[in-house]
Amino acid sequence: MIELDGVSVTYGAGPTLVRAARDVSFRVPAGDALGLVGESGSGKSTVLRAVAGLIPHAKGIVVIDGRELSNRRPRESRKIIQMVFQDPYGSLHPNQTVDQTLSAPIAIHRLGNAESRIMTALTEVGLGREHRYRYPHQLSGGQRQRVAIARALILEPKVLLLDEPTSALDVSVQAEILNLLTRLRRDHGLTMLMVSHDLAVIAHICDRIGVMHSGRLLEMTTAAALAEGRVTDPYSQQLLRANQGFDASGVVIDVTA
Amino acid sequence: MSATGLRFGAPTGWRGWLLDAAPASRRQARLGRWYRAWLGLYRNGLAMTGLVIVLALVLVAIFAPLFANHAAAFTQTLQDRLQPVSWAHPFGTDELGRDIYARVIFGSRITLTIVALVSVIVVPVGLGIGLPAGYFGGWIDAVLMRITDIFLAFPRLVLALAFAAALGPGIENAVIAISLTAWPPYARLARAETLTRRNAEFIEAAELQGASHLRILFTQIMPLSLPSVIIRLTLDMAGIILTAAGLGFLGLGAQPPAPEWGAMVSSGRQYLLDQWWVATIPGIAIFIVSLGFNLLGDGLRDVSDSRAG
Amino acid sequence: MNGGPLLTIRNLRVVYPGDDGDFRAVRNVSFSLGRERLGIVGESGSGKSTTGRAIMGLIPYPGRVEADVMRLGETDLLGLDEKGFRRLRGKRIAMVLQDPKFSLDPVMTVGKQIAETHRYHFRSSKQAARTAALEMLEAVHIRDPARVYDQYAHQVSGGMGQRIMIAMMLIAGPDILIADEPTSALDVSVQQQVLAIMDEMVKSRGMGLILISHNLHLVASFCDRVLVMYAGQIVEICDAGRLQAARHPYTRGLLTALPELGRRRAELPQLLRDPEWLIDLPAGVGAAC
Repeated sequence: MIELDGVSVTYGAGPTLVRAARDVSFRVPAGDALGLVGESGSGKSTVLRAVAGLIPHAKGIVVIDGRELSNRRPRESRKIIQMVFQDPYGSLHPNQTVDQTLSAPIAIHRLGNAESRIMTALTEVGLGREHRYRYPHQLSGGQRQRVAIARALILEPKVLLLDEPTSALDVSVQAEILNLLTRLRRDHGLTMLMVSHDLAVIAHICDRIGVMHSGRLLEMTTAAALAEGRVTDPYSQQLLRANQGFDASGVVIDVTA
Repeated sequence: MSATGLRFGAPTGWRGWLLDAAPASRRQARLGRWYRAWLGLYRNGLAMTGLVIVLALVLVAIFAPLFANHAAAFTQTLQDRLQPVSWAHPFGTDELGRDIYARVIFGSRITLTIVALVSVIVVPVGLGIGLPAGYFGGWIDAVLMRITDIFLAFPRLVLALAFAAALGPGIENAVIAISLTAWPPYARLARAETLTRRNAEFIEAAELQGASHLRILFTQIMPLSLPSVIIRLTLDMAGIILTAAGLGFLGLGAQPPAPEWGAMVSSGRQYLLDQWWVATIPGIAIFIVSLGFNLLGDGLRDVSDSRAG
Repeated sequence: MNGGPLLTIRNLRVVYPGDDGDFRAVRNVSFSLGRERLGIVGESGSGKSTTGRAIMGLIPYPGRVEADVMRLGETDLLGLDEKGFRRLRGKRIAMVLQDPKFSLDPVMTVGKQIAETHRYHFRSSKQAARTAALEMLEAVHIRDPARVYDQYAHQVSGGMGQRIMIAMMLIAGPDILIADEPTSALDVSVQQQVLAIMDEMVKSRGMGLILISHNLHLVASFCDRVLVMYAGQIVEICDAGRLQAARHPYTRGLLTALPELGRRRAELPQLLRDPEWLIDLPAGVGAAC
């Protein structure tokens, strides 16, 4: 369903050149969930946005559902692939009610049947009539993220991209959202590409996991392998250790810059 | 997020309807938002003073004939010239025997006209130039901003004089002249607001849904830029009124016998020492109205600041 | 130095009056802090950050802070006005916040900011303050303190910024450090380093540390004791090592709701919020494990 070949993204030029993503390639079969894990600056979010078609100057080939997509996407192609962003507050327009946020994609693609589509979307993500006319600041973080998911699903995409969807949420809310995502993936047969810095969250949703560092895809592994510590790359091992709580003995404190 | 166990003393009735955390319709949600903003303004004493003054200006201008006699403002009665404050003439008479009170009342129409016309021109032009400049960036931004810079370079009064020389004096030309020099800061402001939001995730989400640039500009970015533009306009209003009065003072705005406040100050100059009311009363009117707009603008800014972020 | 607790809090309450009624952000919170690492864990809205701020006197008007007892050593915090708190902040009690980008002054070099703190509290000369600042930078394991001294906030990384904040906050030798989500904005490996530094500083100076976080595992692995807060109250007090034996259903719910590497469950058990948890507990009582 998703195929990446040699995707690279660079920002700036000369001394300020930053290679956000370097020659990243992988494939995600239909219905699968692939996770990209890494720390900040690893390039995982950049790759996600390149797949979403949000980076006009990205290089490399992105193929979705058999069609190669260029960086400037025609409106039609937007229906196939949607994204849920990290910050539930930042991804919703502060002056628009939930109703307006969900109506916008319907209006853009002239889908019709707005009323039933909106109510279906709300029910599917576990929200109700009482949330429909609220503004984002009147919703909790979990509720906002549900609205973001509803908005992504209202166009009935085949591919769902997730950029740290639960990082900004409380533990209990995170569990609800993760369960919601699992259920939606099953019910709609979605193909998912998810990005996170939290290994446990990624391993919960995704079957295969790619470890990224400095824009490069270091290794592709599975949740099971990670759990058993069967990772080859030394950076992956470091990441694994760091994810397991505070351990004074394993830390090198001195730092220069 | 907070359950009922943590809050007590919640309002009921229509206030409760407006402040309801779970609105049941678009209208309720929108009215609730406006009501909360109003509450913020209401609590600010100075802002309310400003609002009262501005509303008074509007009412007086619209219902001027109810407050004063139209004839008294224009009829010249030379034997009554330069009469001091009395019951018959609450503000005295001017050098041509016209009642100053009536002239001030009817002059408010001119002030309001100028304020309204300038606003209607300046806000759309400023937004129309600033929003695309901030949104598209690149050469569009460069060209639009250089045009803005050119207009910023003109001092208001000098340009107005130039216009008056070219087109002849009169209110319409004064309005055009003021608008031409007043719009650049709004373009800059709109551009700055756009730049701030340009990379927000909800803009990316809109792009991702296939929204066209125009749709994004109109439905997403403009509503966010509008508050600061309106606040700026309110604060600017005082300056615009003073500029119009200045033009009137120089004989470039409304022409006699129109009771434009600035022109009244000008013609009263020569009588300032002995018949102070001829120049001072219209001057006080200008002052009060400018102050009113200033206070209102400050209050609006406070409300907007506290709700932001 | 007496052997009593560094901080004593009994029945702390923080209320915010508002348009829709009064909001009780913190209610009947009681605990004492010795020379130990105490963690306060809770989700957003639990009141954990508000508690920390109340101790520092940072609750803005119109919020109200009330308590039966709020004592820092022998000093009563309850009657203090802003001036009184300012004398304490930095000198007796300090706070490190989440994002150094927002806590550091962007137009001053970081070294100068640390030195200024020293000058404010000790009225030292510029030279003495600079020396003290350099010493602190070394104490937080920055290997090239002189170079970092002259850098600006935007030039340093997140982890480095937090080290600088720790140096700045500890230079006047406070008894207590309150850290409010100090590592949430940092990468995992950097988190470890910053925590290790805080650990070393607190131990070597015999300080008390309050770590406020939403990350249960982090707090459990780092602190000695853990307080779990929900809806403004403490629902559980636990030794960190015994967190798995927690008794309150909220704590148990939090523990099981976390995804675990290696134990993949089809569905994560959802935390069902029992409205009973919102009822005011009698003062000072929380489940203890």
